[in-house]
Amino acid sequence: MKANKTRPLTRRAFIKNSSLAGGGMVIGFHLLNSCKPKVIAEPSIDLSSLDYNNFNAFIKIADNGAVTIFSPNPEIGQGVKTSMPMIIAEELDVAWKDVYVEQGILDTENYTRQVAGGSQSIRQGWDALRQTGAKARHMLVSAAAARWGVAPSECTVSEGVITNAAGETLGYGEVVKEAALLEVPEDVELKKPKDYKIMRKNAGNVDIDKITTGKPLFGLDYKTEGMVYAAVLRPPSFGHTLVSFDATEAKRMPGVIDVITIGERVRDLLADDPSFSSKISSSDKVVVIAKTTWQAFKAKEVVKAIWEEETPMESTEEHNEILTGLLDGNSFKTMRSDGNVKKAFAEADDILERTYESPFLPHNCMEPMNFFAHVTKEKVHLAGPIQTPAWKAGLVAKMLGRDEKDIHLEMTRMGGGFGRRLYGDFVIEAAEVSDKIKSPVKVVYTREDDMEDGIYRMAIKYRIKAGIKNGQVTAYHLKEAAVNDNMYGLIPNFFPAGAIENYQVDVANYKSNITTGAWRAPYTNFLAFAEQSFFDELAEMMEVDKIQLRLDLLDKVKPEEDERIQYSPERMKKVIAKAVEKSGWGNQPDHIYQGFVNYYCHNTHVAEVADVEIENGEPVVKKITCVVDCGIVVNPLGALNQIEGGVIDGVGHSMYGELDFANGRPTANNFDKYRLIRMKEAPIVETYLMENDHSPTGLGEPTLPPAGGAVANAFKAATGNRLYQQPFAKRPELLKVLEKEIIG
Amino acid sequence: MYQLKVNGVSKTVDVSADTPVLWVLRDHLDLVGTKYGCGIGQCGACTIHVDGVAMRSCSLTPSQVEGRSLTTIEGLSENNDHPVQQAWKEVDVPQCGYCQAGQIMTASAFLEQNPDPSEEEVKNAMHGNICRCASYTRIRTAVMTAAQNID
Repeated sequence: MKANKTRPLTRRAFIKNSSLAGGGMVIGFHLLNSCKPKVIAEPSIDLSSLDYNNFNAFIKIADNGAVTIFSPNPEIGQGVKTSMPMIIAEELDVAWKDVYVEQGILDTENYTRQVAGGSQSIRQGWDALRQTGAKARHMLVSAAAARWGVAPSECTVSEGVITNAAGETLGYGEVVKEAALLEVPEDVELKKPKDYKIMRKNAGNVDIDKITTGKPLFGLDYKTEGMVYAAVLRPPSFGHTLVSFDATEAKRMPGVIDVITIGERVRDLLADDPSFSSKISSSDKVVVIAKTTWQAFKAKEVVKAIWEEETPMESTEEHNEILTGLLDGNSFKTMRSDGNVKKAFAEADDILERTYESPFLPHNCMEPMNFFAHVTKEKVHLAGPIQTPAWKAGLVAKMLGRDEKDIHLEMTRMGGGFGRRLYGDFVIEAAEVSDKIKSPVKVVYTREDDMEDGIYRMAIKYRIKAGIKNGQVTAYHLKEAAVNDNMYGLIPNFFPAGAIENYQVDVANYKSNITTGAWRAPYTNFLAFAEQSFFDELAEMMEVDKIQLRLDLLDKVKPEEDERIQYSPERMKKVIAKAVEKSGWGNQPDHIYQGFVNYYCHNTHVAEVADVEIENGEPVVKKITCVVDCGIVVNPLGALNQIEGGVIDGVGHSMYGELDFANGRPTANNFDKYRLIRMKEAPIVETYLMENDHSPTGLGEPTLPPAGGAVANAFKAATGNRLYQQPFAKRPELLKVLEKEIIG
Repeated sequence: MYQLKVNGVSKTVDVSADTPVLWVLRDHLDLVGTKYGCGIGQCGACTIHVDGVAMRSCSLTPSQVEGRSLTTIEGLSENNDHPVQQAWKEVDVPQCGYCQAGQIMTASAFLEQNPDPSEEEVKNAMHGNICRCASYTRIRTAVMTAAQNID
C-alpha cells in the first residue's frame, strides 16, 4: 500500500496557489490627479491575489485601494461571513465590490465574542464593527489630510477615495501605511441609516464561488502534510463504559497506523468542571488511526470491545413516564411569579389545561462532526468547524496543561451548526488523540457516530393552564418538565409575561445520562408551538377572535413598568397587523385553512401564518407567510435565506423530527430511519421585513419556533383535530380529514 | 490499482476494492468538493456524474466506474460558468453550503435529461438531496432559472 500523498490544502495555501495561477501581482491603479472617484478594482480582478498592507486585525488595504476584511465570527450558514464585513465596509466607506473577505482566526486580544450562537453575532457586534470601520476611515482621512496639510474636516470620502477642498484625491491604498501608525481615536461618529450604501442592499454570499466549484472550505476538507485520520469507537449506549478491547484484527486492516484509547484527559476535565458531564461521555473510547478516512472507518468496525453498564440504560418510554410524573409532582423551581395563580384559578369561571410533548432531536448537521489537531512542543494547532472557538481553546489548554497563548485555532466554514458545534467534544477528542500519537490528526465522525453520540435537544413536556374570569384571562401557569436542563432565565419574561395579572412559570428536570444541549432556538423551538396552540384553543373556548385575544393581551403589557419584560408589545402588534394583511387572514377561499402564530425570541418579533390545503384527505402545508421585525437588516438577501430556512426547518422538525431511545441507544442512526424535510414537503415562504431604524436583532433562530404552531393551528382548522405532540406525523390518524368535512 | 477517468484526466489509484468512490475522490485525489453526508445514498451530498448520469459516489466502488467518465463539482465547468452554477450564484442559494455541490450535480444531470422541466418535475428530481439549512425554495428557483438560461 502506497502512502497517501497529501498536499496542504489550507485556506491560506489555496489563496497563495490561486494567486500564482492568476499570473501574479495585479498592479494598483494610480488614483492621484484624478478628480472623480474611479472604479478602484475591477470586478474581474482576483482580490485574493493582491498584496495587502496590514491596517489592523480586521482590515488590510492593497496599494490599489482594494480591502481585505477579516470576519471575526464562525460561519455556520447564518451568513455572518458576509454581513459582518458589510458593516465594517459601510463605515469604512469603501465599495463592496472592492472588498475581499477572509475568515479571522481565534484572536481574543483583537476580537470579542467569537461565537456563533444565540443569534447574537450581528446584534452584539453592531456597535463594535461600525466603530472599527469608522475609526479606520477617520485614521485614513487624517493621514491624507496631514499629507496635504489641510484639516481632516475639509476632506470627504467616497468608495475609498479621499477628496480635499481643492479637488485633489488620494486613495486609501496610498495612505494606509501612514494611517496605520496613527493613534486610534476614541468613539467616532457613525453614519445615519439613511446614508447607508452597502447595508440594506443585497450582497451575495462571499464564499459562493468556492461553494459552487467545490473548493476546500469546510472542516472535513482541511488537510495538512502528514495528517492522519481517526475514527472513534464510542460507547454503544449512554450508560456504557469501556472494559477492554481487542484490536488485533483492526491493526491488520490496510492503512491502519495504530489503535489507542482516549478518555483520561476528558475525565480530568470533568473532575474540574462537572457541568460538562451532560456534554461528553467519561468512558474510554477506542480510536483507530489510519492513513485515510475510509480505512479508519472500516477498521473501527472490526475492533472488538467489551462494555459494561455503569449507569442504567434509558428509554423514551421511561422518559415519558418520568416527565409526566414531574408535571404531576411538586418538585418545581419557580422562575417567575406574578400575583397569585392559585387564588385566581380558584375564582375562575373557566379553566383550560393542556399538556404538550416533544421528543429528543439530533442536530444532523450535513457535515458530520470532525476536527483537526496537531499538538507539538511549540504550539497546539487546532482547525475545524466550531461555534465556540475561545471556549474550546481554553478547555484544550487546560486539558493539556498549556498556556492559552500556545493554542492556534483556525475556524473553517461549517456544514451547519444548529447548536451541536457549540460544545466541541470533538475538539477535545482530537486534541487528546494528537497529544497521544504526536501527529497531525483529524477526528472524523461517521453519520452513525454523529447521530448516536449527539448532544441532543432534550425531550420536554409543557403543561399550560389558564383561568378565565368575566371574559378575561386572569391566570396563566406554565410548567416545564425537561430532561437534564430547564429553560434559561429570560424565557419566563417573554409573552404572555406582563399581560396576565396572575402569572407563574415553574420548571423541573430529570438528570439523564444522555448528553443534551442547545438546539436551534433552545426551548422556544417547542415552547412556541405549545403556547400558541394553547392561545388558539383558549380563544375557541372563550369564543373570541384568535388574533384579537392576542392583541388584547398585548395591550395590557407595560414594559416601562416592568424592566424584566423582554419583548415590545408595540413592535409585536405591528408585526401581527402586517401578517394579517399580507396573509389575507380571514379572506381566504374555502379550501385554504390558515393557522396563526406570533412569537418573540432572540430579540426579534415574528408572526407566521400557515396556509394548509387538503390533498387526498390529508392536510398539506402549502405556504407560510412570515413577517419579521429584526430592526435594520444588514443584508436582505442573506436575511431572506435565514428566514426561509428557519421556517422550513421549523415545519420539518415539528412534522417529522423524532429520536427515540431504547436500551440507552437512539433507534435511528442515519437518514434511512431518520426523516428530515425534503424538497417536496417544503412550503413556499413569503417573507415581509418590517422597515425601521432599530438596531439589528437575531435572525438565525427566531423564525423557526413559530412555524410548528402555525402548522398545528392550520391543521386544526383543516381537520378539526388539535395536536399536542410532536412530531405531528407520529399520529397519522389526527392528520386525516373527516369525510363530512371533505364534502362540506 | 484502478484507472479512473475523473474530470477528463486519467488517474491511477491504489485502493482496496471496497473503497467508495467518494473517499477515493476526497482522500486520494484531493477532490474535496464531493461531500460525505450519510455514506448510504440517502442524502445526495456526494452526487457526481458517471457518464453524465447523477450517482451517489458513496455507494460506488472503483471497479464499477473503471472505464467510465466521472465528473465532479470541480470539473463541471472550466470557469464556474455552467448554467446551474450561474443560477446558483444569481439566486444566492447556499446557507452553510455543504450540500450544494451535490445539489448542483443532481440538478445539472437532471437538466441534461429534461431541459424544460415543470416545477413538479424539478421538485421530484431534487427530492433525494437533503439541505439541512432548508434552502429548498432557492434550490427550486435556481434549477428553474438554470433551465431558462439553457434555452
